[in-house]
Amino acid sequence: MANPLIAGKMFVIDQSRCIGCEACVQACEECGTHRGQSLIHLEFIDRGATTQTAPMVCMHCEDPTCAEVCPADAIKQNEDGVVQSALKPRCIGCSNCVLACPFGVPKYFALPDQMMKCDMCYDRSSVGLKPMCASVCPSQALWFGTPEEFDATRRGELVFEFRFGNQLVPTKLATVVDHRDDGPIDVLAEAPKRWQDDPFGLEEDAP
Amino acid sequence: MAKPPLTEEELIARYGPHLNETPPGGWNAGVEADREVNTHCCFCGQQCGIRLKVKDNEVVGFEPWYEFPFNEGKLCPKGVKRYLQGGHPDRLLEPLERDGAAPGGFRTVSWDHALDRVVAEIRRIQRTHGNDSFAMLSGVSLTNEKSYLVGKFARLGLQTANLDYNGRLCMVSAGVANKKALGMDRAANPWSDIPLADVVFVAGANVAECAPITTSYIWRARDRGAKLIVADPRVTPLARTADLFLGLRPGTDSALMTTILHVLVANDWLDHGFIDDHTVGFDEAAAAVADCTPEWGSGITGVPADRIVEAARLWGTSATGILLHARGIEHHTKGVENVLSCINLGLATGKYGKPGCGVSTITGQGNGQGGREQGHKCDQLPGNRDITNPEHRAAVAEVWGCDVEEIPGKGLSAEEIVEAIHAGEVKGLLSICFNPVVSLPDTAFTAEALDRLEFYGVIDFFLSESAQHADVVLPGSLHEEDEGTSTSVEGRAIKINAAIDPPGNARRDWEILLEIARRLGRGSYFEFGSTHEIFDEMRAASRGGTADYYGMTWERIEAEHGIFWPCPTEGHPGTPRLYEGGVFAHPDGKARFHSVRYRPPAEVVDDEYPIWLTTGRVVSQYLSGTQTRRIGPLVEQYPEPLCEIHPRLATRLGVETGDIVRVTSRRGSMTLPARVVESIRPDTVFIPYHWPGRQAANQLTNRALDPMSKIPESKVSAVRVEKAEGHVEVADRRVTTLEKLGRR
Repeated sequence: MANPLIAGKMFVIDQSRCIGCEACVQACEECGTHRGQSLIHLEFIDRGATTQTAPMVCMHCEDPTCAEVCPADAIKQNEDGVVQSALKPRCIGCSNCVLACPFGVPKYFALPDQMMKCDMCYDRSSVGLKPMCASVCPSQALWFGTPEEFDATRRGELVFEFRFGNQLVPTKLATVVDHRDDGPIDVLAEAPKRWQDDPFGLEEDAP
Repeated sequence: MAKPPLTEEELIARYGPHLNETPPGGWNAGVEADREVNTHCCFCGQQCGIRLKVKDNEVVGFEPWYEFPFNEGKLCPKGVKRYLQGGHPDRLLEPLERDGAAPGGFRTVSWDHALDRVVAEIRRIQRTHGNDSFAMLSGVSLTNEKSYLVGKFARLGLQTANLDYNGRLCMVSAGVANKKALGMDRAANPWSDIPLADVVFVAGANVAECAPITTSYIWRARDRGAKLIVADPRVTPLARTADLFLGLRPGTDSALMTTILHVLVANDWLDHGFIDDHTVGFDEAAAAVADCTPEWGSGITGVPADRIVEAARLWGTSATGILLHARGIEHHTKGVENVLSCINLGLATGKYGKPGCGVSTITGQGNGQGGREQGHKCDQLPGNRDITNPEHRAAVAEVWGCDVEEIPGKGLSAEEIVEAIHAGEVKGLLSICFNPVVSLPDTAFTAEALDRLEFYGVIDFFLSESAQHADVVLPGSLHEEDEGTSTSVEGRAIKINAAIDPPGNARRDWEILLEIARRLGRGSYFEFGSTHEIFDEMRAASRGGTADYYGMTWERIEAEHGIFWPCPTEGHPGTPRLYEGGVFAHPDGKARFHSVRYRPPAEVVDDEYPIWLTTGRVVSQYLSGTQTRRIGPLVEQYPEPLCEIHPRLATRLGVETGDIVRVTSRRGSMTLPARVVESIRPDTVFIPYHWPGRQAANQLTNRALDPMSKIPESKVSAVRVEKAEGHVEVADRRVTTLEKLGRR
């Protein structure tokens, strides 16, 4: 597991809390280091079926796929394990990283001809300030704080590993799950049946 | 007389909404702020703390204000982008007068000319038709000080009884119910009570989109193990996470709540000690629900009976519980009864006046709570006083230094004023901070009424769709251009700080009102040199009322991050939680149960109009959109109204997402793209209401009023839905094109 801490704090995502308001997206582009360009993705999973949404910040993988596939060796991790935007002089704009990232995080921007991505607001987080997205998030689906604060105030357990088919991806960011013992988050696993599948009881004998 | 001078398209081309996309000078201008101002968001009733970054006389961005306890830096997208309303190309900088020959339909005039015209028209109309033939409409995006001033200005300046406000479209039904049952019109709880509840029951409140920060309070309760119940015709983003979802039919809220009371009684999930010691009327209220069995309730509401029983069990057997309600149960011809039926559930189970317990309305508008207390509501005087009560009138007359007889009596409510205009009884209108042609039901009727005015004066910062009907438009001030206080959803008075001065020849709203009063020869009642002087008179006028601000000072409000009213004496800590120890605000200290019997909405579905329509909001827009439809990044998030339709209904109509549908009611008809979603009842369609003209959902809605609170029934009407010509792409999310990225 990568060291989850940065200035003693960690970034936690609880996708189930997301309300899709896009405050994170709107606030991200206000950040002083990449003004006007939001580096968060807010995904509607399937608006026809559900109001579930998912904010996607960089998970800051221990072995970042984006860096591994970069032919120009332009994507670097800093001393805190934060995966940074492509180095401008090296980036050739090929978008390998955009296609390869299992979380779909890096974005290619035509105007500077460069890949840019979430760096967990390193200018803020490295000095203990919350990143913009976790600052504004009304549901605190995006959360930044100490492990002790999390244990004292939040439900759920944390995992630091995803499974994409055969690929295991350890991440610096924590994801909230019900039971840590269930192992890495398997994105291809079948979802259990829940009331949300039939919210109005249409399959029941409703009048 | 007051017909818009140009077509809708011409007016938009000239006066907007245009989109402000970037901070002053663009994203790459590298503008460094020279100061940061602690203030609050200008939009909804959450009144989140925010730090505005300012350079010279422009707001250039924001920083989270982590220290303000309500939101601790959290903001919704409207708050984040609010700063883009400043420096806007549509901003009104000069007084305007209608002139058919002028390009744009209005010509720029001097302040003297504009004010003289306004005053001359007021005098002419009142001399010819009587004082009450000139009405005023106000709004609760105004601070407490301005709300107080408008109340006094209408009564002593215009000397008209006919003053009302857009809070009439907000939560007045909750206010009436709270007064009847509990003796006071305020949310029962500080929001810090929500995390202490074992069950949170959200009824008719799209919390995630309309009061986003409240989401975090509800999750804090759930982090402690609380259960969440949500009653809504739609699976809203919060409802999706509920432990129990009650997907009821629009207009059946009181049937749901009376059924729950029936189940509480049947299972003796009651707090008899609380009922005996602190309430009256329980036996009658229980008798009224004797026949409201789960099967009956299920038949009316469409919610499976076992879910209603489970809701009652969760509410009745939990030691603590909070019920939060909003427009979804309040915008009804039985809005007061809906809220009373919720209050009954709180009283029956003893859930009042202790930590983690209460039934509270989520006030929607920025200063919805404070605005109504300071007396710009047709039936109220400052301090939440009753304008028909001789003692209350005398108390206010003493502060105002006028004879009691000089204070007019109770006037017409907002919708009634528009109806009186339509009927030719009210001939002149001055409005501030209200866009009735978008926000009132039955758009065509409202527009027709405005066209019948002999004179219409508007104070606003943008040329709203209502202002397009005006004869004179006076450029007023934005939230960040003035200081004062407002009172949040919790009943917490907070300090609004000015970040900049009004640009161009725009003036602060209160300065405009003072000048009109002076020119009307009523200046002696309005000798204020600053908003602070208005505040000082306001708190004196509230003294002894239920909404007592007398003990507050601006300095304390700022230092203590807000003070909850009542705060009757200097040094008083304020009152975060109401009804501590079961002591209610009625003279005998007891709360009142009310016997509620379900009755259907004013309009019900039939063969001709077989589908229920309910309207509401989206997270990226605020009210009639006068501000938020001018902010590019917010418009991009949800650019136009979509009609939400369940797949079962869509299949029957042969409609897919993106197909244009025609929705028709007895009032009007509109076409818009469909969005086919399983998150809405199959017998109901939903359209958000923030848009004007041909995109206005209120073309379809019903003007029927609640007899007690006069709130219109925006939440339920009967419509026909048909497939129309055309198809557009409907994206699930903000589409950011390369072209747009290049522009940024």
